[in-house]
Amino acid sequence: MGNFTRRDFVKAAAAASALPILGRPAFAADPLKVAFIFLGPVGDYGWTWAHNKGRLELEKALGDKVKTTYVENVKEDASAVPILRDLARQGNKLIFATSFGYMDQVLEVAKEFPDVKFEHCTGFKRAPNVTTYNSRFHEGRAVTGTIAGHMSKSGVIGYLGSFKIPEVVMGVNAFTLAAQAVNPKIQTKLVMIDSWFDPAKETAATQTLANLGCDVIATHTDSPAPLQFCQQKGIYGFGQGADMSKFAPKAHLTAIEDIWGPHYIARAKAMLDGSWKSEDFWEGIKEGDVKISPYNAIVPKNVQEAADKVIEGYKNGSYDVFKGPIFDQSGAEKVPAGKAMSLGDLATIDWYVKGVQSA
Amino acid sequence: MTLTFLIDALITVIGITTPILLAASGELVVEKSGVINLGVEGMMLVGAITGFAVGFEFSDPWIGVGAAAVAGTATSMIFAVLVLSLGTNQVATGLALTIFGIGLSSLIGTNYTGFAALPFDPPFPDYLAQDPIGRVIFGHSAFVYFAFILVFAIGWFLSHTRAGLVLRAVGENDFSAHSIGYPVIAIRYAAIAFGGAVAGIAGANFSMVITPMWAEQMTAGRGWIALALVVFSGWRAGRLLAGAYFFGVLMTLELYAKASGYAIMPSQFWAAMPYIIAVAVLAFISARDGRSGKEPACLGKPFLPNG
Repeated sequence: MGNFTRRDFVKAAAAASALPILGRPAFAADPLKVAFIFLGPVGDYGWTWAHNKGRLELEKALGDKVKTTYVENVKEDASAVPILRDLARQGNKLIFATSFGYMDQVLEVAKEFPDVKFEHCTGFKRAPNVTTYNSRFHEGRAVTGTIAGHMSKSGVIGYLGSFKIPEVVMGVNAFTLAAQAVNPKIQTKLVMIDSWFDPAKETAATQTLANLGCDVIATHTDSPAPLQFCQQKGIYGFGQGADMSKFAPKAHLTAIEDIWGPHYIARAKAMLDGSWKSEDFWEGIKEGDVKISPYNAIVPKNVQEAADKVIEGYKNGSYDVFKGPIFDQSGAEKVPAGKAMSLGDLATIDWYVKGVQSA
Repeated sequence: MTLTFLIDALITVIGITTPILLAASGELVVEKSGVINLGVEGMMLVGAITGFAVGFEFSDPWIGVGAAAVAGTATSMIFAVLVLSLGTNQVATGLALTIFGIGLSSLIGTNYTGFAALPFDPPFPDYLAQDPIGRVIFGHSAFVYFAFILVFAIGWFLSHTRAGLVLRAVGENDFSAHSIGYPVIAIRYAAIAFGGAVAGIAGANFSMVITPMWAEQMTAGRGWIALALVVFSGWRAGRLLAGAYFFGVLMTLELYAKASGYAIMPSQFWAAMPYIIAVAVLAFISARDGRSGKEPACLGKPFLPNG
């Protein structure tokens, strides 16, 4: 493994290309080389941090059989192409591209290296050697929404979002619908801060939501900053991406954890036994990709049970937060009673449910 | 709208403004001496991680703040040696300093990700900050009061003291200042060191108070806003204070408008508003004053008396 920054990588790549190609015959004992490209720094304690944790789990699980490398701070533009190409040339046989914006770059490089397998996170374009994978984070939002519906005294809950993309819209809707299933009068106030990571603005937005009467606030940005404010203010929040309870032991009710390790291990194993093929993974609570952290002791027993019921429902397929009837903000019926939204509908969702207050 | 509501909104404004005001105050002094240091963001990040790490290790946030100031100064000295003693291009060197600061802070921070900082007690006793009025006057961290005192002190220093006059002379006409015997290079070293210390403290404001934790690149571009503010203010302390709060109010208004569901304009437009208005005001000032405010005449020019 190498702790490369992009700059180091460019230097190393330049140095490597100055050498003649010292091809070394591969023999059976050679480990499977697996590479990752990350959008942010591995220390963001959010999205990239969770992916890197998955990478470390892969190393731990398969030991000598794999050798992993990562490149962090890779921009979602054309600059990803040479980085992917160099990783493929260096003998990596399985390459994970962990952000939506690498989609076309992955397909371009995959075409040049038909014997290298690529996996693109959150995308939807596949090829014979390109798999896509994602997690059904909205299932976790249904669990936290259930808790929020019980814990909110004011009936007004907050949602701190990043951008209006399907992933976030899905989360807002799942959170709100689950809370309304507990208390039909629940209103959700939504603020988008136009960034995934800006702790100071996240704090300011949380203060704003609290001042407008929200007493439970969910976050869909990457830092624990909002929770730290909730703790000061005596209101509640949820961890995002990882268990953040140590940042706010009193305010942190639970967290939605992104678990990528099992997917990385399964796919590396598939490479080792030759069963890898191009697929589309969108896994959730049932498969263990989305995990709910231990509940805070302040969450009453009956609320914990209600939340567990949602988790169980997702595990045995009896529960779906996107079951009709669902109305949009204007009150128009979007999903009739007795029907549910398909994953395909969700993947392109761009409207909020009734009870969401958004700008 | 109740008083408590307005005061809570004001507290958000103060919180979001203070680190920008701090960093901009330091940079104002640097630019008044005729040097432009674009490394503010980098120095803030080094200050942020140093303050967090030292405060954490010593279990004393005040030692952390002191260390943040020292680290900010140390980082700024790299810049100072390059531009003052070796005559490198200030813009390029400053940009490099930001990139360096991002990398160095991430490196130091590797082992500090995922920890919460110790609470930073406000300087005034709790009973003063019970009611809303008391809270808005006495309920802030020391950084808020420091930022206010600093900006007034800098304004007074620049316009009412002999040392401030000398600093401005160095920034307006370095050769004249040199020829009447002022140590131009030494004065600029001092100004850069001061700017570095204040940027370090501004960084510590992030990692120790606003969000008591360390995360890579947590200042999220505030150093650049601080740089813009110095220009926006026309290099005047009073306008700097007003401008910083203007930014803070606009940013807070954006959040309130969105959370209240008033879709007056698209979200992205709200986010761009502070910058758009800054550019508009800048254009207005520059049209009125004939040039962009009172830019120090030697700003950005290397001073090499012997060659």
